[in-house]
Amino acid sequence: MGEVKLIATTQSLFCTRVEWALKLKGVEYEYIEEDLRNKSPLLLEYNPVHKKVPVLVHHGKPIAESLPILEYIDETWKENPLLAEDPYQRTKARFWAQFVGDKCVFGAFEAACLAEGEEKMKAIESAQESLAFLEKQIEGKKYFGGEEIGFLDLAAGWIPHWLNVMEEAGGMKLLDAEKFPSLHEWAQNFIQIPLIRECIPPRDKLLEYFNASISYMRSLATS
Amino acid sequence: MAKSEVKLLGAWPSPYVMRAQIALNLKAVEYEFLEETFGSKSQLLLQSNPVYKKIPVLIHADKPICESLVIVQYIDDVWTSGPSILPSDPYDRAIHRFWAAYVDEKFFPTMRGIAAAQGEEARKALVEQVGEGLALLEEAFDKCSKGKAFFGGDRIGFLDIAFGCFLGWLRATEKMNGVKLLDEAKTPGLVKWADRFCADGAVKGVMPETEKLMEFAKVLMAKMRGAPPK
Repeated sequence: MGEVKLIATTQSLFCTRVEWALKLKGVEYEYIEEDLRNKSPLLLEYNPVHKKVPVLVHHGKPIAESLPILEYIDETWKENPLLAEDPYQRTKARFWAQFVGDKCVFGAFEAACLAEGEEKMKAIESAQESLAFLEKQIEGKKYFGGEEIGFLDLAAGWIPHWLNVMEEAGGMKLLDAEKFPSLHEWAQNFIQIPLIRECIPPRDKLLEYFNASISYMRSLATS
Repeated sequence: MAKSEVKLLGAWPSPYVMRAQIALNLKAVEYEFLEETFGSKSQLLLQSNPVYKKIPVLIHADKPICESLVIVQYIDDVWTSGPSILPSDPYDRAIHRFWAAYVDEKFFPTMRGIAAAQGEEARKALVEQVGEGLALLEEAFDKCSKGKAFFGGDRIGFLDIAFGCFLGWLRATEKMNGVKLLDEAKTPGLVKWADRFCADGAVKGVMPETEKLMEFAKVLMAKMRGAPPK
């Protein structure tokens, strides 16, 4: 169906969700690893506005921003649909994907970067309120997409692995199995899926990455 | 569809609410507009949008839909007999979605910051940033419109709605701060597009007058400073 390239970095959860979508649909693609400290001319050409990954390039035309990329993939390759046919179901998936795939990521990272204290406790509470919303959405279902994984599973897919590592690096517990039993179970099921598992970055490298980012953010806060 | 089947919770000054209204107008959908009182949140709002507690909320057959761009896409998905809001080509759709995200995450927050800027230097810097953003959007307009009237082509589309809803506040910002943001010398395409957008049948009745927005802004700023409004 034409040349597909993905400009990405291994640690980025925004990039991995795009890989999951491509693999789910059986799309062959060329993976181009980007060094964000030394951005390539290719990245600067294909995403001049944000200069960020992921960027999907199809037939030489670039698309940036992970959620628009997922929608593009779903509309272009019809196998294993990510979004339901029903407009209301599609809408719910889009709404929650924006919430959990964007806002919650930064909420969790913020909480991780704060040093021990009242502010950190407040940030953790806020992040857990977000997870509580998500718990309600997954109750009684195997995946957010139903029997098969879908759009929202991919958007929330950072939780089983990246959140887990953020928790360790940030000295906090967000995904409490007692508070969020359904979400916790979903996370275990999701990460066991072979095509999901094969794309996630090695835990030790990801921990290194988060340790470094968090140290840096904490040093900014105290300077 | 009976009018009461479709309700929109909103407020007249909100550009985000306007997005939903324009979309409903494009599809000729009758709806009941429930105006939220400024400064307080109704029970209905808190119940239908517990996550963000914000307007707009579309309620269709008792089902709430939140987040303005999600609402616009829902309207496009449901009322298929009306003109399409999103382009038909997946690549064009991705481009519209990309720029809509840019407008929400970068462009509007910067523009909004101009009024709150502390000092001339800060204001100048923000005005420059807005100018850079408009230059990017001018390029996007060139590419998306392909010589036609709107980002969506012959008719108003997703990106027209996502960006155009801010024109009222853009003009109010220009007047209140004595700055020129949309400049025919720099972004001629956008200047003409702005006029066409505001004159469109689906937009005309819901775009608030600049003067009214300026009045509202004064009230807002006074409230924020804690002083009683004049």
